[in-house]
Amino acid sequence: MTTTAVDPALLTRLTGDEKHAPSAYSTLDVLWVLYDRVLRVSPGTVDEPDRDRFLLSKGHGPAAYYAVLAAKGFFPLDWLDDFGGPDSRLGYHPDRLLIPGVEIGTGSLGHGLGIGVGTALGLRAQGLDARTFVLLGDAELDEGANHEAIAYAVAARLDKLTAIVVDNRSATHGWPGGIASRFPGWTASTVDGRDHPAIEQALREQDRDRPHVVVATVATKG
Amino acid sequence: MRETFVATTTALLEEDPRTAVVLADISADAFAPAQRRHPDRVLNVGIREQLMLGVAGGLALTGLRPYVHSYAPFVVDRAYEQIKLDLGHQDAGAVLVSIGASYDASTAGYTHHSPGDVALLDTLEDWTVHVPGHPNEVPALLRAAARTDDRIYVRLSSQQNSRAYAAAGELRVVRQGWAGAPVVLAIGPMLDPVLAATADLDVTVAYTLTPRPLDGRRLRELVNREIVVVEPYLAGTSSRLVAAALSDVPHRSLHLGVGRAEQRRYGTPADHARWHGLDPAGLRASISGFLQAARR
Repeated sequence: MTTTAVDPALLTRLTGDEKHAPSAYSTLDVLWVLYDRVLRVSPGTVDEPDRDRFLLSKGHGPAAYYAVLAAKGFFPLDWLDDFGGPDSRLGYHPDRLLIPGVEIGTGSLGHGLGIGVGTALGLRAQGLDARTFVLLGDAELDEGANHEAIAYAVAARLDKLTAIVVDNRSATHGWPGGIASRFPGWTASTVDGRDHPAIEQALREQDRDRPHVVVATVATKG
Repeated sequence: MRETFVATTTALLEEDPRTAVVLADISADAFAPAQRRHPDRVLNVGIREQLMLGVAGGLALTGLRPYVHSYAPFVVDRAYEQIKLDLGHQDAGAVLVSIGASYDASTAGYTHHSPGDVALLDTLEDWTVHVPGHPNEVPALLRAAARTDDRIYVRLSSQQNSRAYAAAGELRVVRQGWAGAPVVLAIGPMLDPVLAATADLDVTVAYTLTPRPLDGRRLRELVNREIVVVEPYLAGTSSRLVAAALSDVPHRSLHLGVGRAEQRRYGTPADHARWHGLDPAGLRASISGFLQAARR
């Protein structure tokens, strides 16, 4: 196990969202590994057509997302101080038009994977060698729209699409048989959502013609 | 109109590498030749309309120009939140092209009707809406749409006028009444029924195939006192915009269109037009009654 380079103080500065705080913490390690070791995107390349895309479908609880983006220099650290304020760019759900580096605005659950499928299709149609990552929560999988995207991603052979499901056991009715089994036709990895080397290895996996799902389990509910 | 849409969009796929088509099985056969030539840009996602709009949002965010097509109740009503969030909230553009306007699918019943599609889009920001009245009005607006990243809805119908009357964006006088005559504004395929209904009435008949944005400036120039709007979708959909355009002009208005009451009947589109008072006889009765009431 390792720790992120995100100063814990950055997260504690993101106050006022107690309901979603556990959700934010559950994604912290996956987000850090993505931005520190995997994604080909930086503050200087946020508009480059061939950058890798990261889509936070689970838009609630974005404190960890904001903290990682700030730590990586996508926007100034002092933006965190006014989280949710009337003049803040940082709301309780992220808005792509307000925050550099944020690819989509989310909050209502079940939208990111469909947009991610379209993003992967658009990149492929233009011959761009970029990957698309979409982060969802296990409870978010309750939304039926996800399953339209899961099925079509296989039919379209989207090998450069990776879904990451952070599983903190928050789905009301659970997922009997395991979350990976709900991605038929995808390749799958299940990792400890706090184990950075394991997360990195899983995120780097790519099949030749199938999308990949990484199920990252964490203990915190939220 | 559907055939014109397929032909024009197929040509755009050849001419413009930004063009993409997203389908949910509807019209997939018609696009099969184009799909064989452009498998990465003609995408049939299956019967998954929410995904159809999500895919369109993702394509647009990578710089492509998606044309999204299905029956109106599936492309608008069913996928409304995807239109709101996967397009609008992302500031992503797309061209939604529907068939099955209002009760075109008359024998299919209410599940396949969408009289409220334009009203739904009116809840959202910055949508252009085209309601062509003739197939010859379709190619130019589709080609113009390819040159922008705007959010555009093209409402195709099996009902059509005898000829093309205007270009997109125009609000054009088709029949001039006496100075100060009441104005009847017909939208899209409602023009021919309006012309028949008002053949011996002293009114000015105007036409547009682009109700959004409504040309309020031109409407204000035309209207002296009385305005009747005849729309092929939910009655009163444009009343807010007409009221805004005429906010400082004393006027009376009548808004005709498809009623809210579910008919629970089948028959032909002409039958439904009659039941909703949108056939020439029904329109004449409504318009005459409205004008006579003003003179009593």
